[in-house]
Amino acid sequence: MEPDNSFAELEQPELPLKVKLEIFEGPLDLLLHLIKKNEIDIYDIPITVITQQYLEYLEMMKSLNLDVAGDFLLMAATLLHIKSKMLLPPAEDELGEEKEEAEEDPRAELVRRLLEYQRFKEAAAELAKGTLLDREVFTRQFFEEKLLPEAEEVIIGEVTLFDLLEAIKKVLKEIPLAEFQEITLDQLSIKEKIHQIMKEIWDRESLTFTDLFVSSSSRGEIIVTFLALLELLRLRMVKVFQADSFGPIRIFSPIEREEGQKRLQERIW
Amino acid sequence: MEEMPLKALIEALIFASDTPLTLDRLKEVLKEVLKEVTKKDLQRLIAEMMAEYSLPQRGITLVEVAEGYQFRTRPEYADWVKKLKKTKPFALSQPALETLAIIAYKQPIVRSEVERIRGVDAGGVLHTLLEKKLIKILGRKDVPGKPLVYGTSRRFLEMFGLKDLSSLPTLKDLALLGSPAGEEQLPFLPVEADREIPAAPAVGDLIHQETETDEPPYEVAKDSR
Repeated sequence: MEPDNSFAELEQPELPLKVKLEIFEGPLDLLLHLIKKNEIDIYDIPITVITQQYLEYLEMMKSLNLDVAGDFLLMAATLLHIKSKMLLPPAEDELGEEKEEAEEDPRAELVRRLLEYQRFKEAAAELAKGTLLDREVFTRQFFEEKLLPEAEEVIIGEVTLFDLLEAIKKVLKEIPLAEFQEITLDQLSIKEKIHQIMKEIWDRESLTFTDLFVSSSSRGEIIVTFLALLELLRLRMVKVFQADSFGPIRIFSPIEREEGQKRLQERIW
Repeated sequence: MEEMPLKALIEALIFASDTPLTLDRLKEVLKEVLKEVTKKDLQRLIAEMMAEYSLPQRGITLVEVAEGYQFRTRPEYADWVKKLKKTKPFALSQPALETLAIIAYKQPIVRSEVERIRGVDAGGVLHTLLEKKLIKILGRKDVPGKPLVYGTSRRFLEMFGLKDLSSLPTLKDLALLGSPAGEEQLPFLPVEADREIPAAPAVGDLIHQETETDEPPYEVAKDSR
């Protein structure tokens, strides 16, 4: 097999040390490339040749100071395993007879994976070719909060941590950047906040995410409030729901006041 | 009510809706005004409207997307609209696109299966896709470790202009890659078009089997829009 020129091209000393080779997304992608480049029949892969080229590529990555991800190494091991299996004579059972059913080609599983991956790669390309929102086509823009009438709110989905983080980001963004205020020695404690939040939930049955921060005067307090909410979620004292992916986040407590207060005493301080 | 005003009314509702307006929602809203509106009537009127909007002198089109109807600008005018909106250009990396495609076609799917198909770690990409709300967590699979089960979101349908999941482009025939010289060369059974590849389940591999059971093999979380 003659040395691969496309690899040699990459071995330029001028290249910065931190090169990110986005060309190959993973070991399967690299293998597909090698198969295509060598015009190999995927159903009959010359495993020795491919393994050699694959390892050369890994070497090249190393010499370029690239992190060779474990996934690439795992595939190298798989290739070598297949190669060694191909060298072995067909397995015989204890009686020394050849098995009735023909052994599966050691390459079969790899070929299946390559074909499957290839299929999804094509599917991805197909998706990207389409008419995409905010790329080819656009809709009118809405300010969702104003358009969602609270009365019609239907609780549909439970809120994920991502939603909460997204929401707190918004809250933090809305507080004025330059805050001129007296420095007070108020100790902001999560414990106090927890009791405060729970009291309000029990008083009013539910709170919205923004309600939580109405009384918060500083960034510090907002963060403490948020941490208190996370703690309450962890303790399963509250549940958060959202009516719509952009709708307000609502906080409920599945626990009655008396029972809840007892639990707070036990679990918090 | 005459037919023409009803059509105009529908137009107004689709225009004013912040998300693709579904037939059900449309019917619900119109119920108060009209006693006997069938979905078919609505569909017919909307189909007429779609034809009207498809004329080249219009700058917007009426499309069926994410199981609803929505006005969208015509692709020809993308460059100008971009200037106006100053939105971030749509960007998904190749890994993100591939992962999204896998999830779209194989949902409900667990992370390990995505990783098996792509041959690389999927953690970061899944996080990005969740953040972009293109995928969502459907629940947990009832197997050891209770791995999360992923599926595409409504946002995904909107983003890619798909009516529903069944309007995804069909997966290409597997045999297109390479050039098998003859059937007898195949080291394993040829795979039928549009069929799942019969992957040999590896030990510890949590492959979602496409079984015909009524019960989903995972705990379903309530659907979020």
